[in-house]
Amino acid sequence: MRVMVMVKATKDSEEGVMPGPELFEAMGKFNEELVKAGIMLNGDGLKPSSQGKRIAFDGPKRTVIDGPFAETRELVAGFWVWEVKDMAEAIEWAKRCPNPMPGPSELEIRPFYEMADFADVLTPEIVERDGRLRDQLKDR
Amino acid sequence: MAGTDIHRSVETVFRIEQARLIAGLTRMVRDVGLAEELAQDALVTALSEWPRTGVPDNPGAWLMTTAKRRAIDRLRRAHMQERKHAEIGRDLDEARDDDVARIDAALDDDIGDDLLNLIFIACHPVLSPDARVTLTLRLIAGLSTEEIARAFLATEPTIAQRISRAKKTLHDSAAAYEAPRGEERDRRLASVLEVIYLIFNEGYAATAGDDLIRADLCGEAQRLGRILTGIAPNEPEAFGLLALMEIQASRLKARVGPDGEAIMLPEQNRALWDHLLIHHGLETLARAEALGGADGAYALQAAIAACHGRARTAADTDWPRIAALYDRLRAVTPSPVVDLNRAVAHSMAFGPEAGLELLQPLEAQAIMRDYLPLPAAKGDFLYRAGRYPQARAAFEAAASLSRNAAERNFLLKRAAACGPARPVTRE
Repeated sequence: MRVMVMVKATKDSEEGVMPGPELFEAMGKFNEELVKAGIMLNGDGLKPSSQGKRIAFDGPKRTVIDGPFAETRELVAGFWVWEVKDMAEAIEWAKRCPNPMPGPSELEIRPFYEMADFADVLTPEIVERDGRLRDQLKDR
Repeated sequence: MAGTDIHRSVETVFRIEQARLIAGLTRMVRDVGLAEELAQDALVTALSEWPRTGVPDNPGAWLMTTAKRRAIDRLRRAHMQERKHAEIGRDLDEARDDDVARIDAALDDDIGDDLLNLIFIACHPVLSPDARVTLTLRLIAGLSTEEIARAFLATEPTIAQRISRAKKTLHDSAAAYEAPRGEERDRRLASVLEVIYLIFNEGYAATAGDDLIRADLCGEAQRLGRILTGIAPNEPEAFGLLALMEIQASRLKARVGPDGEAIMLPEQNRALWDHLLIHHGLETLARAEALGGADGAYALQAAIAACHGRARTAADTDWPRIAALYDRLRAVTPSPVVDLNRAVAHSMAFGPEAGLELLQPLEAQAIMRDYLPLPAAKGDFLYRAGRYPQARAAFEAAASLSRNAAERNFLLKRAAACGPARPVTRE
């Protein structure tokens, strides 16, 4: 089962405060553990939302909104993609993560949808179109 | 936390830790069977204590300390017996201190080395290939006997017996516990890679209709591959194998149609490919190549798979590159199957006649006589060359070799498409 583990933003991360050397080292060690456990697929940190954009949709209208965005606790500051056996394993690994922020912080674990979840919703045509799009995105 | 939650938490922690526990304990007691028992004892203790005390902050270390204490008790008892029997005048406390020091040293060393050595032990050539696969899934991947039995369509007692026999064989062969060095290490690593790829292919061969746990073997094999690259980061072929598995596994969802029929690569819906896995596989392959392993058998196969993975559409496939990679693979691992695939690649790169030419020497080989992919490929080449009656005969010959209804139907459909009046284009 594939999950995304999101590091939620804090005031510090939104201000672009870089982690101190100790956290950097602890996080490096944790990442190494994830690799050695064979569950790590991907992971990275995200810059503060002040450098982000939002595209708002309303019918045919599109509006570009500049960061920063207000609701800090709902923002994402970093992520991993893990391949785990089940949610219990993901929780266990997430608990072992060093606190990613200087103050109180949160990780959020979300399982990926799998093709089987869509079986009733997607027609072959949609799958096909989705495929062409992804093919164009790939190989950037 | 409610009791069942604690129970689940303990079992999850154990599942995560058990390979490392068993690896560390194996170094101490030099017996995988005993090491596994000690680890199980620690689990039992955790199951009875954690509901009262709560899950400790560092559960892995707690389990290791508990198991270690058990190991020391056993060693101490063994020493007492030894002393009784041989009347060695060695002071018991001193003996115990030695053991404790040895055990502490074992635990302080890089746990990765222990785990790697446990993998070497589980894949030791004194064991049969079946036993290696079973023991690796049991000790490293942490699958239960029941899970292994289901995955291999065997009964639980069969698997349990296979495991206990393997442990006994290892017990009787003290040399199996020595960490391999030099050339011996290369040979042993080759055995490890082979075992992991066997597990992968067992899962890959399972189709949609099969038990999910069989297909899950692909996932277990990739996990083993990732663990191996994590603890042996300088072994190019470990990366080559992982890349190969990842790129092949990226197509798992696309290779079976709604009615369970196999879908060939050119007809697959590339939207269903797992692009994150392809991306990871390409990075892993680059790592294998950077380590000087570009001409490894697994890395070459991964490079071939990568050519497909990189192609946005089937028509974009870089066939000349694939043909060149098969030329190199043939030099590293000569086999009629590689030659057949090479013929297919050459036919795609340089035309069907080039493929037919490379098939000729293969057709003469007795070992290939009843090998279905050969006439199937020949039919395809002949069809593309416009030689329909011959193509039809080849497809029919292939269909007669098939033991799978879906496959036979597919081949007969292709034979019918060779009808002399008007060639039907491929769907």
